[in-house]
Amino acid sequence: MGDQRIIAVAMSGGVDSSVAASLLVEQGEQVIGLMMRLWSDPDQPNRCCSPNDMLMARQVAAQLEIPFYALDAQDVFRQHVVDYFMEGYAQGITPNPCIECNRHVRWNFLYQQALSLGATHLATGHYARIVNTDGRFHLLRALSPEKDQSYVLHILDQHKLAHAMFPLGRLSKTEVRTHARSLSLPVAEREESQDLCFLGNKDYHHFLLENQAPVPPPGPIVDIQGNRLGTHKGLAAYTIGQRKGIGLSKPYPLYVIEKELAENVLVVGSKDQLGREQFHINRLHWIDGLELSASMRVQVQVRYKSREMSAEVTPIDAHKASVRLETPLTDVTPGQFAVFYIGDECLGGGVILP
Amino acid sequence: MRSETVYLDYAATTPVDHRVLEAMHPYFSVSFGNPSSVHRWGQKAEAAVERSRAHIAQIMGCLPSEIIFTSCGTESDNLALRGAAYHALKNRGAKHILIPPVEHHAILHTAQDLAENHGFELEYLPVDSFGRVKAQELEARIRPDTAIVSVMYANNEIGTINPIQTLAQICRSKHVPFHSDAVQAASQLPIDVNALGVDILSIGAHKFYGPKGVGALYVRSGIDLHATQTGGSQEATLRAGTHNVPLIVGMAKAIEITQSEREIHNHHFEHLRNQILSSVQREIPDVRISGHPEIRLPNHASFVFDGIDGNQLLVALDIAGFGCSSGSACKTGNPEPSEVLTAIGIEDGWALGSLRVTVGRQTTQEDIDSFLQILPTVISKLRNLNG
Repeated sequence: MGDQRIIAVAMSGGVDSSVAASLLVEQGEQVIGLMMRLWSDPDQPNRCCSPNDMLMARQVAAQLEIPFYALDAQDVFRQHVVDYFMEGYAQGITPNPCIECNRHVRWNFLYQQALSLGATHLATGHYARIVNTDGRFHLLRALSPEKDQSYVLHILDQHKLAHAMFPLGRLSKTEVRTHARSLSLPVAEREESQDLCFLGNKDYHHFLLENQAPVPPPGPIVDIQGNRLGTHKGLAAYTIGQRKGIGLSKPYPLYVIEKELAENVLVVGSKDQLGREQFHINRLHWIDGLELSASMRVQVQVRYKSREMSAEVTPIDAHKASVRLETPLTDVTPGQFAVFYIGDECLGGGVILP
Repeated sequence: MRSETVYLDYAATTPVDHRVLEAMHPYFSVSFGNPSSVHRWGQKAEAAVERSRAHIAQIMGCLPSEIIFTSCGTESDNLALRGAAYHALKNRGAKHILIPPVEHHAILHTAQDLAENHGFELEYLPVDSFGRVKAQELEARIRPDTAIVSVMYANNEIGTINPIQTLAQICRSKHVPFHSDAVQAASQLPIDVNALGVDILSIGAHKFYGPKGVGALYVRSGIDLHATQTGGSQEATLRAGTHNVPLIVGMAKAIEITQSEREIHNHHFEHLRNQILSSVQREIPDVRISGHPEIRLPNHASFVFDGIDGNQLLVALDIAGFGCSSGSACKTGNPEPSEVLTAIGIEDGWALGSLRVTVGRQTTQEDIDSFLQILPTVISKLRNLNG
């Protein structure tokens, strides 16, 4: 009680969050483990919070001698992540449920729960760094570029960063695994989760159909000139820049150029027809909490794993901005997020508009 | 997290009394024999078991032959209900089972299994808003073909004590066997089986500062049960399996201490418990006592709070250093309102926010002071979160 720090660690039963918890324990912090029950489908347990994951997380907590609690987050997860995911595809965009999960589930629901339950900080197994200079908190990319997860954390703000901890920010995946092995954690050899946790073993299109998402029906595939080339199986099955699975044979490879929701038309073309130089974003968020008043030169990342590109971001209003890329990018995808950086520092971002 | 922690969940289980631990010790490795063996090693162990049985019988006011050793309170309940039901069906074709809906799962789920899979007819005895069974409800429902009536002595979740003597008397006059689950009650209430008038009674040692893994069933002479665990001829063939000698010895010691020191401990419990009941009602808005305000176990306080998630409350209290319990507690984060609270008419919005605080021999005034100081803050923090 009193001024003592109590750090709640969001545990998933995976190697990253387990090592994050163990590092904090080794640093002498008072640590508690929290695990969210996110999704329940009796026929198809997802890979992220199955009974086995819960058991794993419990075992790790027992080994570290920290208390462990499960919290019910099924409603908030369903509403802000799964429904958002299905509605996004219904609207013809390519949603990013991991960002919404961080925004609403981890860094709102769980964060509020942790603080109300008596914790002073929330730590996760994300790869990112926080530094506090000149009275402000800065979110930096992880030292290990291939693991950096600052992209999905760009939704954080000054208040949350003051109570957030990312113990893995300076480590590589190899170092994390080595640490887990050295402690003989039961999760040391667990595989990385690759896809969206709630999909289970299905692909996302199958998931949408099975959950009766209101996705658009099949419709025409056309080229840039509007010539009909064939029939698509519903726009939700495609994403901008996609090459495989279009189902048409041409002498040159075809790419998804655009999804025209109003006409339910899929526009395809050659690689040189792909690419956007300018786009608009909304739901603009800046980590420092300050509004942008003039154009700014930044590096932008338009997908979780895509490379940075120099760009100029120009505010339109408090929520909207326009982004002009130095060179066109082929994977600018409505529904995904444009996240801004200067050097290693993540500044914030917004969702790419159609 | 407080480094000083306070355990307030003595209804869940109790620490083994050091005198009990001492009594058990020789029977783990020195006097380790199997009571069923012919040789002197066996005889020594057998003598310990029979001494324990006689001792327990003396405390409960019955014959040693009326005490059956089991592995826990739940097993005692199973043997009582299944044993009496199977026997009644076989001997007099009786299929009717009467229990209140607020019984412990050991009774509730066993009775449901008998009804669903073994051809019995289960009828629930209505309870009042405190969870008590009324004599006239039993009188109105008991039938010539009632196989067994089972009513708990005191409720584990809400602490309410049932009028066992009256209920037992009704069953006796109708020649229907009456069982009472006294697992929660035995730590604080008298268990003289003749004063109670019961035919069958279950206890479990870990609730009264004895070891986990041992229980007993009192079965009045002349009441026949059908064995549910078959094998060797231990326990008059009613409960096969090698005797757990050290635990049986421990249970006898624990019951002796509990019953001989009952007045002193109950006085201590009540003194602390009454402070909890009054302070919580005074300091916290939108709270109700669950169960009977007076006719309840002396160490037992239980509440329902409006707009609180019981699971969250337990977590927040644990982080603050206090171990309590809740009817809706769930370790996997999937809360359901408790069946007991629903059965006594508490609406879901309140039933999800239940809290059980049970004190014990080790509980101090300082423990209760610090608990009562922190609880209002924890409740208001959680209400702000959910509001």
